[in-house]
Amino acid sequence: MLERGHHDMGGLPAGKVERTEHDYPQWERRVDAMVQLLRMGKKITVDELRKNIEQLPPEAYDKLTYYQKWISSLTQTLIQRGIITTEELGRKMEEVERRVR
Amino acid sequence: MSAQLAAVAPRYKTGDRVRVRKTAPLGHIRTPYYIRGHVGEIERLCGAFPNPEELAQMRSGLPAQPLYRVRFRQKDVWSDYRGPDTDVVEIEIFQHWLEKA
Repeated sequence: MLERGHHDMGGLPAGKVERTEHDYPQWERRVDAMVQLLRMGKKITVDELRKNIEQLPPEAYDKLTYYQKWISSLTQTLIQRGIITTEELGRKMEEVERRVR
Repeated sequence: MSAQLAAVAPRYKTGDRVRVRKTAPLGHIRTPYYIRGHVGEIERLCGAFPNPEELAQMRSGLPAQPLYRVRFRQKDVWSDYRGPDTDVVEIEIFQHWLEKA
């Protein structure tokens, strides 16, 4: 039986809201820029991005930070749209891994 | 934007009583879980927009669905609500989620 989605938490008991400010690191700014440019260029919709965030496993949804959710969702969306392939993604991840090691 | 799009004709007018469908399909749903099954009143027609559930699946979302702002009494939504009887919550809900009450 399909019930309430994990993300759909309106009305559920919640803890205290911690109001904090932080500077955005460069990678978060890049994620934001990519999302905005891809949306402006009509390559993706915000609805696909939302769907892919909402499909994160509950543990990941709770643990990931705001932009970690966005990059995870954006990656899924780009693969689903055929803009990147899993092969390209895997190769690039290896390359970055080597660069930072 | 919505003016040029093929749109479904609006079925409700301001003041009509409507019930939110109580269902839980897969995918990206804009109707919050906590309001499903509740009865409210049409506050206004907001326009017609591509169906976000379809957009999330990489389809056009056309014909556009009328979107309404629907007003619910807080006391009707939350059984333990302690505020004044006159308090309301207004939620924007697409027509295909509404039935005549």
